[in-house]
Amino acid sequence: MLRYVIRRLAWAVPTLLFVTFLVYIALRIGTNPVESYKRINPRATPAKIQQYIDVNGLDPNYVRGYFRWLFNFVTLDWPRSIKGSREVWPQLKDALANTLRLGSAAVVVGVTFGLLLGVYAALQPGGRRDVSVNTAAFVGISIPPYVSAIILQLVFAVYWSRWFGSTLFPTSGVYPPGQEGFNLGLMAKHMVLPTVVVAIQIIAVYARYMRSSLLDVLSSEYMRTARSKGISERRVLFKHGLRNALIPVVTIAALDVGSIVGGLIITENIFSYPGMGKYFLSAFGEGDFPLLMPWMVIIVTSVLLFNLIADISYAWLDPRIRLD
Amino acid sequence: MTDEILLPTASPRKMAYDRFVSHRAAVVSVFVLAILVLFVALSPLTARYGVNESVQAPPNSFLPPRANAWLGTDDIGRDLYSRLIYGVRVSLVIGLFSAIISVTIGCLVGAVAGFRGGRFDDIIMRVTDLFLAFPFLVTLLVMRNMLGAIGWLRPVIGELSSVRFIIVLFAIFGWMGVARIVRGQVLALKEREFIEAARAVGATRWYIVRKHLLPNSVGPIMVALTFSVVSAIIGESTLAFFGYGPQAGAGATSLGILVGQAKGAVNTGFWWLAVFPCLVLVTIALAINFIGDALRDATDPRMQKDS
Repeated sequence: MLRYVIRRLAWAVPTLLFVTFLVYIALRIGTNPVESYKRINPRATPAKIQQYIDVNGLDPNYVRGYFRWLFNFVTLDWPRSIKGSREVWPQLKDALANTLRLGSAAVVVGVTFGLLLGVYAALQPGGRRDVSVNTAAFVGISIPPYVSAIILQLVFAVYWSRWFGSTLFPTSGVYPPGQEGFNLGLMAKHMVLPTVVVAIQIIAVYARYMRSSLLDVLSSEYMRTARSKGISERRVLFKHGLRNALIPVVTIAALDVGSIVGGLIITENIFSYPGMGKYFLSAFGEGDFPLLMPWMVIIVTSVLLFNLIADISYAWLDPRIRLD
Repeated sequence: MTDEILLPTASPRKMAYDRFVSHRAAVVSVFVLAILVLFVALSPLTARYGVNESVQAPPNSFLPPRANAWLGTDDIGRDLYSRLIYGVRVSLVIGLFSAIISVTIGCLVGAVAGFRGGRFDDIIMRVTDLFLAFPFLVTLLVMRNMLGAIGWLRPVIGELSSVRFIIVLFAIFGWMGVARIVRGQVLALKEREFIEAARAVGATRWYIVRKHLLPNSVGPIMVALTFSVVSAIIGESTLAFFGYGPQAGAGATSLGILVGQAKGAVNTGFWWLAVFPCLVLVTIALAINFIGDALRDATDPRMQKDS
């Protein structure tokens, strides 16, 4: 097991380098960093431009440029953003913290309800509960996050106050304008609607996973063996059923981080929530290379990390899997 | 022994049809989609105004639903109902074409990867895993800009904001999921006796892929096709929502553009601009998803409703 983990970790590093290299090329071709620098700073002197090219590793030779960028990145000598020439890390840190808060709230809510609904549906396959959970999950999957976000905004930003005279949930930002310092209550209030939007997707997906996984397990031979041994139905379900049903679900959960981030990007943008998604879209719109690359590194790293966790947890949870 | 009567068994196709019809939501979805397609196909008759025609002389912006504009008007007085019909047309074209292209590529790549195995299979699956693991929107936006910046591709894929470009973009993404499904199917079929028999009588690989593997994978491929259509339609809307979609050149519009307009209309309370485009988008997505689900049940006899 330990050898397997070490080998996977050893592979993760070259993969990370390779993927960031691809991202580097894609961004250089796609956003044309030098041009966007000149566009945003039209009066920059040639010396300034040359300095910008140097610190960002925008050498005409992609390989040399990439290593130049990598060196600066690893030694924490990060170039400043094109627009406003601001430090990148403070912005990125805030965005990351906000997104982690929103994302983990949505994942906790989504996975909990999703798994519960899946079990609830699987216990009575073909019954009324099953059909209604399944249909609801289907509707949830078919609704893109921006549609649910727009509808929630319409209801809470406009009509709630019109009908009931007060706002229930705010629809933009983390704090109301002018708020200074930390305030948990206000923050939670602002997070309710974005969390709901992201969680709807997660609930729908996990209810379906859990249902089909549990149905597979329930119809397997060892469940019959367990019952015939005279173990109580409850114990059969929890000890043998749920534990085995969770194995594929955990794996899929770890692999799903990309689509959750995707949902977050869209949701954050609509609710003006200052997280990674808003950061990315505004940086991408400006072609701000110094802002984009660290963002990409974080996303690539987390995707690879969760892939790793998926593989390892799968091997760990399921003793039947042999690691050569 | 002789009392045993051989019941006239239904053909596989009939059984599949029966299973499909027993999925009630899917049957309703087929009707809904058929009506929608009819509306779109007959757009010269069904649409009441031209794409950029305003319903009446100013003041005509943000009129709520009324007799001369059933679903209200937008910021410059155009009829939302007519624009929805034109928009759905563009979206359906994008969905269908990119799905067909991506399913074709995906089938070929998946079949070859599953059949040959080895290095080719490894690389292809690694690449698709990697691409599918990333946030879809990010990959899409980065790839979009990258492809758009490559000059010599322009004659093939068109301008950055053209419908053709969007179709190419989704085709480039869409094949990966399909390839994975087809590969899994091929891997399962590969070891079966009839393939072995075909090989034993000297059939070439290409012949086996064409005559045995692909026809036996029709079910999963059809399912993949329906889901590709949905993801292309939703993807187009997502891109357009963030302002990266096909531009309304030459008076065209798309579902995504209409949904995107809703963003600005929300805080002012012009509910019709938000509700109707969203409703149409969700209806289309839901209907195609239901059909895909029923197709899966219908073409895979092992997947019984209650198992």
